[in-house]
Amino acid sequence: MNKVIKIEKSTKQGLLEFLEHLLVNDKISGVLTLRKINENGICDYGFITDPKELIETAEPFAPVMPVNASQILSSLTPTTKPIAAIIKPCELRGFVERVKRAQGSLDNVLTISYTCGGVIPLNTFQSDANEKLVTDYFEVIKGTDTPDSVRPTCKACEIFIPMTADITIPIFGNNEVDSDCSLIMNSEEAVKMSKDFKCEIIESDLDSKIMAEILGKRTAEKEILFKTVSTTKEGLDDLVDTFGKCIGCHGCSRVCPICYCVLCDFESSNFDYNTDLMENELSQKHALRLPPDTIFFQLGRLNHMSFSCVGCGQCEDVCPAGIPVSTIFKKTGEDVAKIFDFVPGRDVEEVIPVMIIKEQEFPEVGE
Amino acid sequence: MAGTGRLEYPTSIMALRVLCSSRIDPVFLLKAYLKGADGVLIGGCHPGDCHYETGNYYTRRRFMILKTIFDSLGLKSERFRLSWISASEGVKFAKVANEFTETINNIGPNDTKNNMFL
Ligand code: SF4
Ligand code: SF4
Ligand code: SF4
Ligand code: FES
Repeated sequence: MNKVIKIEKSTKQGLLEFLEHLLVNDKISGVLTLRKINENGICDYGFITDPKELIETAEPFAPVMPVNASQILSSLTPTTKPIAAIIKPCELRGFVERVKRAQGSLDNVLTISYTCGGVIPLNTFQSDANEKLVTDYFEVIKGTDTPDSVRPTCKACEIFIPMTADITIPIFGNNEVDSDCSLIMNSEEAVKMSKDFKCEIIESDLDSKIMAEILGKRTAEKEILFKTVSTTKEGLDDLVDTFGKCIGCHGCSRVCPICYCVLCDFESSNFDYNTDLMENELSQKHALRLPPDTIFFQLGRLNHMSFSCVGCGQCEDVCPAGIPVSTIFKKTGEDVAKIFDFVPGRDVEEVIPVMIIKEQEFPEVGE
Repeated sequence: MAGTGRLEYPTSIMALRVLCSSRIDPVFLLKAYLKGADGVLIGGCHPGDCHYETGNYYTRRRFMILKTIFDSLGLKSERFRLSWISASEGVKFAKVANEFTETINNIGPNDTKNNMFL
């Protein structure tokens, strides 16, 4: 059981009034939140310091991910002035992974997240005709089904409950969102912030029965999704088929919260092609694919970061060639993380697998 | 040592020397695989014996990551092998090299060789 702020208003209204209180009383200096930028409901992320602006424009639960917010948090932190951030569970996990890699700090950040129904692909959401789609979305997630309109990896996402948020808000699986607001406080920090906010405080938690029901459905979806990328024969042909469409834009790595490197190895001169190298290869093969190394790039990336993939789906969403990048990374990433008993974003103190040494493990290798 | 001891190991092996097994970026292994190498054998000091003390523990983790990725994608992870062979173990090197060559012969040639895409 946790201490829960109870407000008899819609969840959105209640949360915004709480944040307004924190802003007015100088407990925080600003709020990172999704906000609408026009009457058609198109959204982006904004860092808002003005309480009035917050109340008027914030759309904290909009089912869209214009960028993975963990990248934004890296530029807003470290900060000496406390801030609040309303982000999705996978964005929070992405940020935790970035903090482990010294790409930001959780100090002075009040993290607010919620049970997540998933996000609608960008080009669908950010179009003028999204209104009905969004209304339908919020209707569906009052129950335990995931809307059909969301990203493939969201349908298969089992970590829809935030792992480390200071405040957790029931949205997915909550049929009272329009009339009731519950802010579950998971940390001392959150309790301290709520101190002179006039509200009712009760002892409560997420409805575990409903959460279990959602999880069951998500797990079943995941099995179906992963079958679409599993290979039976020598998987090379499948890999060539899959990445044969890749135009080598590297957009998938640019938007990935985990691929943080300022200079990506694969964009460095380490792997430049020159005419000598091409001639050498052509002496053994009758043709060369250009741009070269598109499969090398993805296999290399998988080796560098797959164990920390949070399955946000951002990479797949931006791929201009329609390649199921996130499905592949999520599946392979989970396989790799499993051998180290690692869960990305579970705990900021949990060291990433490649930085750990253990004298005794994997006795089967080395012979 | 295998050389000075005149032990025989397969001529199909091309030896590349690095200062420590941990110098082997997984990306080197991928490059070799995608450019047609039928197999890659990584030699390293026995656990506890690394000149840099912990290099081979990192190597082992990176090797497991590579192997798991290959398995997950349906690629043949048997084309990679990590073996603890110290500089003085010429006999072990010859034995492992022969065994590994046999494994690779059983799997057959690597398809990447003739694939113009790669
Ligand atoms: S992967 Fe999708 S469903 Fe899961 S937390 Fe992220 S946005 Fe929500
Ligand atoms: S976003 Fe798509 S096309 Fe661009 S590099 Fe990634 S996989 Fe290739
Ligand atoms: S690889 Fe794709 S799904 Fe995984 S964290 Fe990066 S952007 Fe998200
Ligand atoms: S010196 Fe590090 S493995 Fe041999």
